[in-house]
Amino acid sequence: MNSKIISAIIVIIIALIAVGAYAMNGGFQEKQILRISTTTSLEDTGLLDTLETAFENEHNNIDVQFISAGTGIAIKYAEKGDADMVIVHDKKKEQEFIDQGYGTKRYPFAYNYFYIVGPTNDPAKIKGITDATQAFEKIMQAGQASSSVKFVSRGDSSGTNSRELKIWNNTNANYNSSINGSSWYIETGKGMGDTLTIANEKSAYTLSDSGTYLAFKGNITLVPYLTTGKDLLNVYSAIAVNPDKIKGVNYNASMEFVDFLLSTEGQQLIGNYGKEKYEQTLFTPLYGKSEPG
Amino acid sequence: MNEIFNGILQAINLILTLNPEVVEITTRTLFISLSATFIGAIISIPIGGLINFKKFTGKRSLINLIQTLYSLPTVLVGLFVFLLLSQSGIFGDLRLLFTPTGMIIGQVILIMPILIGFTITALKSVGNDITDLSISLGASEFQAIYTIMREAKYAIMAAVILGFGRAISEVGVAIMIGGNIRGFTRVITTTISLETSKGNLEISIALGIILLGIALIINLLLNQIQEH
Repeated sequence: MNSKIISAIIVIIIALIAVGAYAMNGGFQEKQILRISTTTSLEDTGLLDTLETAFENEHNNIDVQFISAGTGIAIKYAEKGDADMVIVHDKKKEQEFIDQGYGTKRYPFAYNYFYIVGPTNDPAKIKGITDATQAFEKIMQAGQASSSVKFVSRGDSSGTNSRELKIWNNTNANYNSSINGSSWYIETGKGMGDTLTIANEKSAYTLSDSGTYLAFKGNITLVPYLTTGKDLLNVYSAIAVNPDKIKGVNYNASMEFVDFLLSTEGQQLIGNYGKEKYEQTLFTPLYGKSEPG
Repeated sequence: MNEIFNGILQAINLILTLNPEVVEITTRTLFISLSATFIGAIISIPIGGLINFKKFTGKRSLINLIQTLYSLPTVLVGLFVFLLLSQSGIFGDLRLLFTPTGMIIGQVILIMPILIGFTITALKSVGNDITDLSISLGASEFQAIYTIMREAKYAIMAAVILGFGRAISEVGVAIMIGGNIRGFTRVITTTISLETSKGNLEISIALGIILLGIALIINLLLNQIQEH
């Protein structure tokens, strides 16, 4: 082949790549993009796909794009201006996000409960306990006494991880000296699904959001021991990023999505979600009521 | 073990029925990784040639550095490009974060060290005597380089195949820069990771098999081109 032909081919391929990339980036469509950073627990249950489809059917000028990560990084994306809104489940971090001027208003829209799950033989004997702090204390004591009792932590600054740490801090033990780094306490640094799989392999206890646990129930033998109570309440809320603080965010589309989440239709979608696939619902919509607890 | 067997069955099923979502994700994966490989190659091969043919101080250290970067962790490239492309980064105004173009840029950076390094190795193995010979036969420096490049084309092609393999199989860049957005930046590896965390192990295995199948087809095609 002579070099002119090679050069011509190279130029043609580059042009094709450029056009392809432009088209793939949505260059030819007139839609505005609404980027929502959210938590893995919502993505893993499949709820986001349902919400996205329903919302886009009504607002066909908006393309919803979900980026799912732990609550920590999801909020970071928004602070850097890379997301227009967040849907997360960590009240303390949400409040900081708003106090620092990044977020506008917090709209809680649904809740469920974290589950404390563990192996069927329940070596720490937490069955029957209703207080999360007490259950954690028993797991800790049993873990210190016997090498067959373990607890698996997400360890990834996610909303679930924050809640776990909050419960440990309610116990009499000092987290840094007597929990973190102990041989019975395992940090995975991974998402909820992976963490459940690891806990299952190690016959360990862990804290999981109910949605992911129910989605995983078929693959693991862990059973839930505590499934309700104030300490385990898990509220999901949506916060639009403040356009005065971060230029270029799509505030209007964010608020349309908030309106959709809070609408009767959106709330029903959330409330009914999971019936077919998991034979039970995964989220309780708030229908405008203030969050419980 | 059952999952692996069922995964294979499901892979066959997904392929035979041309499952729309699988087709879409596969097309996107191929577009992104092939583009990255192509762009990476046309930047890297001349750079590799330049480094090999020019004599300059620090050449050996530079080659060492390039070879060290073979081990560049994909998440680190992902993080680096993420910080550049973020709204608060230097290239934020281009709005390339969480887009396919951003993923191509990340993958180009990821595979460039391999492409440059293996080009240098390929050219070195052809040796300097051919350069001397062709120049003594009256070739210009450019013609001499061209001749050597032709001699080394098989080895360079191997580098390109390796680069493509790294691009299509990586997940760090794809997830950090692409964001795994459904219907937009979701590729095979990020889907595998998502489906695994959803507990859909069989779909994950099926997608893994599809990815390997694609790699096989691409390699066969490139080998065909080589033969001619």
